[in-house]
Amino acid sequence: MADEKDKSGLSDGNGSRDLHDSATPRLPASASHHNRHNTPLYGIMAEFEGPGELISAARRTYEAGYRRINGYSPYPIEELSEAIGFTRSSLPLIVFIGGVLGGIGGFAMQYWIEVINYPINVGGKPFNSWPAFIPITFECTVLMAAFSAVLGMLILNKLPQPYHPVFNAPNFALATRDRFFLVVEASDPKYDHDEVAAMLKELNPMEVVDVEV
Amino acid sequence: MAEEPKEPYMEGPMHSTHPVIDPGLTFASVTDKISSIVLKRRTSLAWFFGFAISFALFQLMLLAITNLVFVGIGLWGVNVPVAWGIDILNFVWWIGIGHAGTLISAILLLLRQRWRTSINRFAEAMTLFAVAQAGMYPIFHLGRPWLMYWLFPYPNTMGIWPQFRSPLMWDVFAVSTYATVSAMFWFVGLIPDFATLRDRARSKPFQLVYGWLAMGWRGSARHWHRYETAYLLLAGLATPLVLSVHTIVSFDFAVGIIPGWHATIFPPYFVAGAIYAGFAMVLLLTIPLRKFYGLEGFITMRHMHNMAKVMLATGLIVGYGYIMEAFFGWYSGNRFERYMIWNRMHGPYALYYWALILCNIITPQFLWSKKVRSNLVALWIISFIVSIGMWLERFVIVVTSLHRDFLPSSWGMYQPTVWDWSMYIGTIGFFFTLLFLFIRFLPMISIFEMRTILPEAEVEE
Repeated sequence: MADEKDKSGLSDGNGSRDLHDSATPRLPASASHHNRHNTPLYGIMAEFEGPGELISAARRTYEAGYRRINGYSPYPIEELSEAIGFTRSSLPLIVFIGGVLGGIGGFAMQYWIEVINYPINVGGKPFNSWPAFIPITFECTVLMAAFSAVLGMLILNKLPQPYHPVFNAPNFALATRDRFFLVVEASDPKYDHDEVAAMLKELNPMEVVDVEV
Repeated sequence: MAEEPKEPYMEGPMHSTHPVIDPGLTFASVTDKISSIVLKRRTSLAWFFGFAISFALFQLMLLAITNLVFVGIGLWGVNVPVAWGIDILNFVWWIGIGHAGTLISAILLLLRQRWRTSINRFAEAMTLFAVAQAGMYPIFHLGRPWLMYWLFPYPNTMGIWPQFRSPLMWDVFAVSTYATVSAMFWFVGLIPDFATLRDRARSKPFQLVYGWLAMGWRGSARHWHRYETAYLLLAGLATPLVLSVHTIVSFDFAVGIIPGWHATIFPPYFVAGAIYAGFAMVLLLTIPLRKFYGLEGFITMRHMHNMAKVMLATGLIVGYGYIMEAFFGWYSGNRFERYMIWNRMHGPYALYYWALILCNIITPQFLWSKKVRSNLVALWIISFIVSIGMWLERFVIVVTSLHRDFLPSSWGMYQPTVWDWSMYIGTIGFFFTLLFLFIRFLPMISIFEMRTILPEAEVEE
């Protein structure tokens, strides 16, 4: 099945290029005659055997000017996110803000309760006996920062997301085992189905397939 | 990561010749081997046997709690002057055990100790389950546990608020934060492995459950980048947290003015004791487990040596703590402090004190020998003795300090009742019940992190 798709979707020089309209980049040129379902594509996926191949392929794809690309690997590879040009995340800032708010909130809560709303004289200590408030202030800081880290990560990653087009690719279940994938998305401004397919084929992949939406 | 010298499986100085991971393993074999324990391997008779015993003991806990709630804490041996008995002792014991898990998963991650990778998942599970046991004790010790929500600050019609100057309130916040952050850290670590199990599972229910838990994880490079950032930040947050938790637990004692409690050495000495007890428990559990599930390629002798060394180091700190306690007692010149330490060594509970010294100071000295560290049976026995020793330590701190304080007229003796012991044995049963379920249904070794330390993961450029 994969082979069939490969031939139909990606063969070069079949004279269908002129059909390709840049205004509808999600419909690849060859879809008109061979693509089984005639559905729009999410992108083209190349499959690699090892991390080294994937990283160099990602670099070359990025150098070729494609920006809406993504790598998929069974474990985190720092070089890979660098290769696809994704090096900055706003997560640390979110966690910092969460921690600061947690700390201020934790102290303010204790101050308001012990000084303003419900002042009780304990052993002649001042109402604002702030050193005694530090442990809970600290715990609130950590708690809010940790929540920001986890929820921030999930929200920025748009998880949970039960459906995603890449799951349609035939071998993609191996992305959580020992296979490495590179996808050039059809929404890339420079995207041209046959050009991308040809380029990916040069990058020493095991296979190149279309990914349906 | 790119700049550090890369030696995939023989990292570290040469004092240890054992690799961190069996060099013959690959991405595929690591994935298949660990996931097959959950997905393919037939559940063994031994598992059912172990689970049945644990589950039976867990029932004992439920019985003890039910009885306690109906009758009241008069069932326990606690009474003035010893109002904190082995229930509070067990709270401290369990939460201390939990600390090794956080140390392994967070602190060793920040210190780039790559050997942690094989044991962190398991140790974190141990943390969570131990904290679950710990949390029950103070709640049921309240006497009216159904009113435990009064501990939290919430607007109420009575118009009252908790007293935040009390270490007991600090404890509520510390333990609940610790449990929450540990659970989140554990779950975040599991997400990519849930995806692995989702993609490997053959039966529909397993696919659905693991798929639901994986939340659509697909190993995208952008996701991994944020994931690694979040994981590192969580480790950075968990590190001071774990130190704060046992510090605050020690404040429960140290802020009081009871002789033997009111000491500045308490926070560091409690934290070291927690790590000591925790590593003992990790060894106690991993030694049989790696043998039973054939995980010697993942959890190598290197891990055993390292854990034994951590145990020895923290054991020495704890020993220093005992010496300082005695020294403070003498040097304070305070007759109550002096009497407290004399009473510990020669009073009615002297046996506990000397057993504690034997278990916690003498026993770990055998770990200086490489021969002992390489002998798994010896290591297991030492860990067992240390676990008992740490229980005795808390007994000595809680009971001998309380039973004879300032006024001889208010002295008394404490004897745990059968319900105290039922609750303790029952929580051990509950702990092992959770642990058995964990090793049956979740990957007990972090699969994706194991992939990162494989020789295959090295990228030559």
